[in-house]
Amino acid sequence: MRIKTAFLAGAAILAGTQVGNAETLRYAFQADVNTLDPHSLNETFTLGYQGNIYEGLTRRTPDLSIEPALAERWEIIEPTRWRFFLRQGVTFHNGNPFTAEDVVFSYERATAEGSDVAVKVAGIEEMVVVDDHTVDVITTTPNPILIAEWDNWYIMDREWAEANGAVGVTNIADPDGESFANRNANGTGPFMVTERQPEIVTVAVPNPNWWDEPEHNLTEVVFQPIAEDATRVAALLSGEMDLVFPVPLQDTDRVQASDETRSLTGPELRTVFLGMDQARDELLYSDVTGANPFQDIRVREAVYRALDMDAIQRVVMRGQSTPAATLVAPGINGFPEDLQRHDHDPDRSRELLAQAGYPDGFRVQLNCPNDRYVNDEAICQAVVGMLARVGITVDLLAETRSVYFGRILKQGGYDSAFYMLGWTPSSFDSYNVLFNLVGTRDDDMGRGTFNVGGYSNPEIDALTADILVETDLARRDELIDEAWTLLHEDFGYLPLHQQALSWGVRNGVTVAQRADNSFVWRHVTVEN
Amino acid sequence: MAAFIIKRLLHSVIVMLAVGFVAFLMFNYVGDPINNMVGQETTVVQREQLREQLGLNDPFYLQFLRFAGNAAQGDFGLSYQHRRPVEDIIMERLPATLELSIMSALFALGVGVPMGVYTALNRNSVLSKVFMFVSLVGVSLPTFLIGILLIFLFAVQLQWLPSFGRPGVVDLGWWHTSLLTWDGWKAIIMPAITLGLFQMTLIMRLVRAEMLGVLRTDYIKFARARGLKNRAVHFGHALKNTMVPVITVTGLQLGTIIAFAIITETVFQWPGIGLLFIGAVRDADIPVMSAYLVMIAFFFVVINLIVDLLYFAVDPRLRVERPGASGGH
Repeated sequence: MRIKTAFLAGAAILAGTQVGNAETLRYAFQADVNTLDPHSLNETFTLGYQGNIYEGLTRRTPDLSIEPALAERWEIIEPTRWRFFLRQGVTFHNGNPFTAEDVVFSYERATAEGSDVAVKVAGIEEMVVVDDHTVDVITTTPNPILIAEWDNWYIMDREWAEANGAVGVTNIADPDGESFANRNANGTGPFMVTERQPEIVTVAVPNPNWWDEPEHNLTEVVFQPIAEDATRVAALLSGEMDLVFPVPLQDTDRVQASDETRSLTGPELRTVFLGMDQARDELLYSDVTGANPFQDIRVREAVYRALDMDAIQRVVMRGQSTPAATLVAPGINGFPEDLQRHDHDPDRSRELLAQAGYPDGFRVQLNCPNDRYVNDEAICQAVVGMLARVGITVDLLAETRSVYFGRILKQGGYDSAFYMLGWTPSSFDSYNVLFNLVGTRDDDMGRGTFNVGGYSNPEIDALTADILVETDLARRDELIDEAWTLLHEDFGYLPLHQQALSWGVRNGVTVAQRADNSFVWRHVTVEN
Repeated sequence: MAAFIIKRLLHSVIVMLAVGFVAFLMFNYVGDPINNMVGQETTVVQREQLREQLGLNDPFYLQFLRFAGNAAQGDFGLSYQHRRPVEDIIMERLPATLELSIMSALFALGVGVPMGVYTALNRNSVLSKVFMFVSLVGVSLPTFLIGILLIFLFAVQLQWLPSFGRPGVVDLGWWHTSLLTWDGWKAIIMPAITLGLFQMTLIMRLVRAEMLGVLRTDYIKFARARGLKNRAVHFGHALKNTMVPVITVTGLQLGTIIAFAIITETVFQWPGIGLLFIGAVRDADIPVMSAYLVMIAFFFVVINLIVDLLYFAVDPRLRVERPGASGGH
């Protein structure tokens, strides 16, 4: 009895120090924020973290619509001239006032050598300071989606950057070594970084001088990366973490079943799909000589109809995916709501293959990543089985992402006959996908760089060019719809699904889960 | 003596150059680091520019020569992922790994030796059978699984110990330690056990076997004949003589523990060099990988050098000057 009491007392002491402050938010992601420099890496998680510290001229609401942030309002005074009226009385964390100079500086920095976010401010000819709180942006062509990516083109303080030698972007190839902005931050955002230990912990506290009214009740935000899936889930279940993501599919039920935690899922904006090489006249890694079966629309349709997306959704993805009919997700501007997937019909597949001259099918290699998308390799294995049923023998080559992308993308010479890829348009607009993935490859204009299969449809190319400059938004949406329908009827790609976002949250914590998987702290409340 | 040391040091340099060379050969197969360094929409021109700046387009022997030249001056370049000097990152991470390794070695010795002695002295007791069974589990279960099981039991179910991380770190300037705070001690328990379990089993079985051997020797019989107490015989005479091989093995195993820490650190998100290395492999962060491999090679080389020097001190035959001894061993 006495032993038992001592035992329990010991346990109480051990557990005692784990009870955190009520308003401290602790969360974990599978990787660290790569850098605090807002112009150094165009990657969702890193930019999402920085978005709590830095702000853009615009920002996005939980449902991803654009709202004013550092710019109070803007107007298009000529087709190629936008005027931005900046918010007055805003200060950076160090107390410096925010002015038009800082906007121009952030533009220059975002387009300087080593910047990875230049694409967010592409198509700008010049930025002109009108007065301290007004900036004119002159674009090279009329551009209706100029500000689509400005919510994470972050504004930096010119004075701070100059004083600390952070004018240049943190650049891996920089002979001077590490930039000051890599581990220090000075934004205008709702939170300020107080401690940064890369790969271990990053701590932030609310900015008392923030211009907007805080919705959150946080006093501190502690972020720690936990790479191992099982450990990350354990940290949530044991109460050490308030929120963790991603939660692996096999653990979502367990997180949901616990009295202390719940799982938060929703469709992600990324669409995962398969692509077929249609550029080469002889298919690589196959037993077909002198021809490329994928150039024949009947073969593409046969492959499409052989894929049973319901089975993949149910079995491989455990219900945590949304089968897709096209390359963009609901929530992306221009998503064609009326498009339905063509029916799954293996009998039709076999007929089509016979008509195309492959009654016994053919053999081809499928390239897959094995650590990039949710259950990527398992999906590919399912595809191998489904295609075997219609006579197509698929050899699966699944590799780690650095090897995989080095092979199939442009720098590897598009070395693939049949591949898997996932894509989130960072502008949340269909144009980005049409230009990068569907457009005929063209080095000079940079079109179709990620069109690994070399799909080419001049009609879609023409529509894409029109979409870029069409300023009537209703007309623009029609053009986008037309382009998606053409691709759909041409079986140009094999869309698979949107995988699910999967967060684990402690009860008592309310968050707004954004479909782009960004975690925005200003919507968070914590109670015990 | 000096000639011997110089010769050994020269060997060491050659070993490390060879490790670096093999490492660079392998880097041709870890994939393209560029994709992990930029966003999806970075243009091909920019990517190519970056490759050129980083010298990734050069043949591997050129990359190797450049690396070896810089490394000799203590410069391992900037990490592709962290965008900071590699030597800074490694020096930041090293204390975590060394503390974990030393704690797990102490655990292995502190538990393994008594268990070994006990099982040797009480071969047929029930407890001995339990110890032997536990040691079997320690040898056969993978580190990864042991870690997960411990987390499940002590962090999730009982909530006694933290499931991950290294809290309570105190910065001493030249070193940072988590062993000065209660939080830090709690956090090191599970990783140290996970990492040390295999070594503990090894030491236990070694001590047991050595003890059984020593107990059969003549001098133990004589000790008993002199009427010494069991206690004096077992601990004063028998155990003392079993410790020589145990210390040798433990010393050599320390290098293995440091290298094996990769898995334990990954499971417990322990911020040491093993976790750093795993991240570097995932992202093809070549500067970090090469520095890590060279450093591990350096550890092994130094440990072996010390062992050699110890033999030199212990074994008088090595000290005899042999003028005509160049004709082979």
